[in-house]
Amino acid sequence: MTSTIPWDRVRRAGSKLTTPLHPDDYLRLINPLWTSRELRGRVEKVVPETEDAATLVIRPGWGWRWDHRPGQYIGIGIEVDGRFQWRSYSVSSPTKQDGRTIAITVRAMPEGLLSSHLVNGLEPGTIVRLASPEGDFTLPDPPPARILFLVGGSGVTPVMSMLRTLDRRGSMPDVVLHYSSPTPARMIFRDELLDLEGRHDGLRFHQLHTDTDGVLDLADLDGLCPDWRERETWACGPGPMLDAISEHFERAGLEERLHVERFSLQLGGDGGEGGKLTFRNSGKEIEADGATTLLEAGEQAGVGMPYGCRMGICHTCTVTLVSGTIRDLRNGDELGQPNEPVQTCVTAAVGDCTLDI
Amino acid sequence: MAIADVKEYTHLTEDEVEQLGRELDAIRAEVEESRNADDAAYINRLIKVQRGLAAGGRVAMLASAHTRAGRPALVAGTAMLAVAKILENMEIGHNVMHGQWDWMNDPEIHSSNWEWDTAQPAEQWKHSHNYIHHQFTNVLGHDNDIGYGILRMAREQKWHPVNLGQPVYNALLAGLFQWGVALHDLDIERIRKGEKDPGEMRRQLRQILRKGRNQILKDYVVYPALSGPAWRSTLRANATANVARNLWSYVIIFCGHFPDGALHFTEEELEDETRAEWYLRQMLGSANFEGGRALHVLSGSLGYQIEHHLFPDLPSNRYPEIAVKVRALCEKYDIPYTIGPLHRQYGQALRTIMKLSVPNSWTSSDQPEPPSPSRDRKRRSDAERPARRPELGGWARSPRERSHD
Repeated sequence: MTSTIPWDRVRRAGSKLTTPLHPDDYLRLINPLWTSRELRGRVEKVVPETEDAATLVIRPGWGWRWDHRPGQYIGIGIEVDGRFQWRSYSVSSPTKQDGRTIAITVRAMPEGLLSSHLVNGLEPGTIVRLASPEGDFTLPDPPPARILFLVGGSGVTPVMSMLRTLDRRGSMPDVVLHYSSPTPARMIFRDELLDLEGRHDGLRFHQLHTDTDGVLDLADLDGLCPDWRERETWACGPGPMLDAISEHFERAGLEERLHVERFSLQLGGDGGEGGKLTFRNSGKEIEADGATTLLEAGEQAGVGMPYGCRMGICHTCTVTLVSGTIRDLRNGDELGQPNEPVQTCVTAAVGDCTLDI
Repeated sequence: MAIADVKEYTHLTEDEVEQLGRELDAIRAEVEESRNADDAAYINRLIKVQRGLAAGGRVAMLASAHTRAGRPALVAGTAMLAVAKILENMEIGHNVMHGQWDWMNDPEIHSSNWEWDTAQPAEQWKHSHNYIHHQFTNVLGHDNDIGYGILRMAREQKWHPVNLGQPVYNALLAGLFQWGVALHDLDIERIRKGEKDPGEMRRQLRQILRKGRNQILKDYVVYPALSGPAWRSTLRANATANVARNLWSYVIIFCGHFPDGALHFTEEELEDETRAEWYLRQMLGSANFEGGRALHVLSGSLGYQIEHHLFPDLPSNRYPEIAVKVRALCEKYDIPYTIGPLHRQYGQALRTIMKLSVPNSWTSSDQPEPPSPSRDRKRRSDAERPARRPELGGWARSPRERSHD
């Protein structure tokens, strides 16, 4: 939103009245959304999508920049038993420049306390913390002329944001959507997708019900979408499905054309060597092996480590590495510049390290 | 009398001390596991009340300046602001900076970035208080809080004619407490002896000047200016609120370790001190005071000084329930548990200040046993101190400043 009022300067002037606090620290007590110190949002509606999935319509507070690109995810932090717990979910609403709300669609996982709480336990009016949109699983603007979406289960959510954006802009190119779901009833957005297909000549919607028809065999792709090799492809869904798709595209030498979104931590890289971790502010120390993340080690040492998704996407856990070298457990990259901010949930020590917390 | 070995003093065997340590660890674990939404609601509610009082106080003063609300609004505003500053410094700021609320994973209520409404920068407080005072509690030569480098508070500290002025220094310290605290981590005694690293001193001074300037501007320039012709009464009201906060925090803090029964220790005690012995030293070196819930909240739960020193990073709203258990342990192990009404505890501290302004031979000791010989008053640097204990709450040496400072 562009504004003629220089809010930053107003706030800076206001902070002379509220130092050492920020004016927002007071204003948020009047309206919880009137603060940009931490991004917040109010849950406006919880819309059931299927038996175990719901869309949360959230109105973000001050400081939210309406710049999310279709396909990106946001972090959401909710208070459970007094503690803030963070997860990341794809935005399912279309991109808007001047919107008032954003929507995420969540499926309750059998073991997922937080996702169940989000789907079944969240009252409209609840204030949640938010983290800015992130992720490279996005649709370029303008979109490519021919697109293939391969989605499974709740992996439809980022793709839904893309399709809704294309629909809103009236720029639907030639799109094939292949959507796997155990049953029609569990298929999130099924009615809306059928409606979109009816309104756009360019959109073809394949449904695969895996309870009756089995999972997608990629050998069938030639029959389902003969020109898949010429399409930009976006794939999102369960890990095994994405592994199979990645392999299939690599074999065809088309990995450049494939965009994949994973929502689980993949620790492909080797562990570090481990070492002594020193937490400078709290003075605590602990020996950690190369497979233990800095976050886990800090928690074992009793340090109040900030944390979020615990899988390397939300950056809530970022802490400054004062000295030492660490390894990113996802890809084996080593990081060790002095005073480098590092994601503690996906990194482990290579030798002794000092963290600024 | 200063104690060189807590085990010997309490006549407990090594096994008994370790058993006591395990029982205290169990109390700690129980509270840690049961922290929940009610605890979070407590601190959130308190912050809301405190900020409401602060904002209400400022608005009332401005109303008194610009409307016909007049003097009653000014008086109410001053009182609200004073209570707000007390709550912020004592029950909120002090406890947040100990890390009592870090478990909530809420970056807005976290020890790493909390900045409090007083002249001392949070980072320096976390060093001088969380580390130096809480780890070396009442150990002569190590704990700079024994008299704050201004007052002679232990008979083991050598008398000097300068100490004759103690009643005056004490009154000045009480009135200007926030500025005394602001300079505390500089360790003026070490500066005087040329033992302080000049680079570190400059860094700390810059921090203090920046923080102090913002505090002074707010209370003595900006709000008076907004009051227009009535600037003088707003300035006076703000000064009154600050002084009230100073006097109150001074009284509460002097009740923590200076009443009779709170013992001092010598450096020998630190040698090979176990965690259980550290617990024991905290219990022997601290004093509680009695009072209702409101008094405890206004004093930052420091009436539970013993519990606070045992578990500095557990949420303060749990100290009352912890106190019941700690007191039972004291009875079980026959360890003194020093407690009394606020006026008596402060009275004893004040009497010690007066008595120790003159040489030991002129006065009698109020502690049960005879004094041991005088020791040097040399202060130790961090490098000369034993390695620190982890449960005290954080302290930082990195200026991770908040953006709006």
